Amino acid sequence: MKKFVWFMTLVLAFALVLSACGAPATEAPVVTQAPATEAPTAAPTVPPAPAKPFRVAVVMPSAINDLAFSQSMYDALVRIQTEMGGPGKFEFVYSENMFVVDDAAAAIRDYATQGYDLVIAHGSQYGSSLQEIAPDFPKTSFAWGTTVDTFGQPNIFAYEAASQEGGYVNGVLAATLSTSKVIGVVGPIETGDAKLYVDGFKAGVKATNPDIDVRVSYIGSFSDVALASEAATTQIAAGADALTGTAQMVVGAIGKAEEANVLWFGTQSNQSSLAPSIVVASQVYHWEVVLKEMISKIQAGTLGGESFRANLANGGEVIEFNPDYALSAEAKSLAETTIKGIIDGTIKITLP
Amino acid sequence: MISDLFSTTVLIGILASGIRLATPYLYASIGEVFGQKSGVLNLGIEGQMLLGAFAAFYVALTTGNLWLGVLVAMIVGAVMGLAMAFVTVNLRAQQGISGIGFYLFGMGVSDLLFQKLLGTVETVKGFPKIFIPGLSDIPGVGEIFFSQNLLVYIAYLLVPIAWFVLNKTTLGLKIRSVGENPDAADSLGVSVARIRYFTIILGGILSAVAGASLSIALLNVFQQNMTSGLGFIAVALVYFGAWKPAGVLGGALLFSMINSLQLWIQVLGIPIPSDIAVMMPYVLTILVLVAAVSRVRAPSALTKPFERED
Repeated sequence: MKKFVWFMTLVLAFALVLSACGAPATEAPVVTQAPATEAPTAAPTVPPAPAKPFRVAVVMPSAINDLAFSQSMYDALVRIQTEMGGPGKFEFVYSENMFVVDDAAAAIRDYATQGYDLVIAHGSQYGSSLQEIAPDFPKTSFAWGTTVDTFGQPNIFAYEAASQEGGYVNGVLAATLSTSKVIGVVGPIETGDAKLYVDGFKAGVKATNPDIDVRVSYIGSFSDVALASEAATTQIAAGADALTGTAQMVVGAIGKAEEANVLWFGTQSNQSSLAPSIVVASQVYHWEVVLKEMISKIQAGTLGGESFRANLANGGEVIEFNPDYALSAEAKSLAETTIKGIIDGTIKITLP
Repeated sequence: MISDLFSTTVLIGILASGIRLATPYLYASIGEVFGQKSGVLNLGIEGQMLLGAFAAFYVALTTGNLWLGVLVAMIVGAVMGLAMAFVTVNLRAQQGISGIGFYLFGMGVSDLLFQKLLGTVETVKGFPKIFIPGLSDIPGVGEIFFSQNLLVYIAYLLVPIAWFVLNKTTLGLKIRSVGENPDAADSLGVSVARIRYFTIILGGILSAVAGASLSIALLNVFQQNMTSGLGFIAVALVYFGAWKPAGVLGGALLFSMINSLQLWIQVLGIPIPSDIAVMMPYVLTILVLVAAVSRVRAPSALTKPFERED
């Protein structure tokens, strides 16, 4: 019988690991609709195209149409290609579904060997591999996200998103619209991008109305749609009338919010299409803003050593309001004032 | 704050969501009970669930017919079961390994189909909640037991049905004998292959319905890898439940209710780190499993391919 205990312990451990790491991307954001193509407000100008095409290779943990983490990068590259004048000027290749880090490392090395101008390791889990590979290719530029760490190497760029900023704006809106004074958050695992967003959201709520109770439930998984849905149901039963959440499993939560007619605030992609009647606004990423800066640097001869951040000020993050939700003019202008405040620095977001 | 846990809202919440969360486990685990009783371990449940979930969702989305969705999911599950049966019964493959293979196959194919046919997360109008007249008005109890959707009710009905079939019918006797002593069963004229084909296909069908219960009844969305390890928990619950439908029911409910309890713990702001909270159901399940294991005896021929001695 001992054998079975062992076996089942293994199976359970396996299940736990699966449910925790179900999503290939560590920060696998969300879900629904591809972000509307929208000119970033403060985008740097497109670098002048050189005679030879600029060649980029990307290694991504999930599929390019995951409508989430990987797609946000893919869409950004497509936009840059269009802006720079097609494949003759800007060429890119990608390896998708590289959730096995060893495979990703092999792909990164292959691309570097093939002489790409910029090799992007789109996933923080690729960091240590990149740290080993980059010194072998001093003439190739690498980019790694989402992080701020360039490992002090001259040919690694780092990039990340200031997701707490959009979280703060969503929090301000949620606090304004909540009448029950209870707001719920459905998070994946308490780390990285998700934690930044959730902390920013809480800060936004508290700054608007310190009496509001923000309740956070992390479900321990990026992919457990069923548990995310029960977490939302639990939040609603506990009195929440506005919900938010991050990572791809929140689709389950959005469905429950819609059934209960409870407001939803999205992040990482525009979630309006999933539940047009209750989604108020979504924070959407535009990586092309940071990528264009990197490309300019590379063309000017700097191959790395800097970190970039997509935020509201540089247009790397955009708050998209759901046109189908009748947001009062007052609330909308409050959100816009908040965005302006974050951009000009009058609003400081203090994270725990 | 701990005392907040004992309010009626919270207790009703925990019980009602425990009942919902247990539904997919019930379908999948009962299917697995049949398989294991006949001596076949199916670790491919997760893959069958994902394909069933996608099939049901896609059919429901395109035709608007939920029952057609369930039917197509059942067919998909049956085909998966057929393939699994061929590999384990005819080819006598190692069951654990081939099961993992079927899991990866189901995950990959459901992912591919999702990307090619849908490409984006969409929602569907799933099975509505059914309020059982009279009963659903009973305070508390009504909300917990009698205000769920049809696939939830069917899952719970399966428990006594499975018990009856396994213990009170000739078919059940044949299944058990094939799982305990296939040589003896064979010598008495019971076709080991046929019985195992039957149980594995039945398991595939029920796993697919488990997936459908998620995609068109409980959640009404489909997403890549949405089952998220649930199929493996379902296998664990079979051991937990000592190969008895009622035991599986108890295990599924315990696991699900602890899961909903930990959600409430977080929502009520009881200061337990979220990482610890989400581990609770797994840790407790292992503990109960260890405590209960002395009374458990697995079917003797489990995971052993049958080869007739001539």
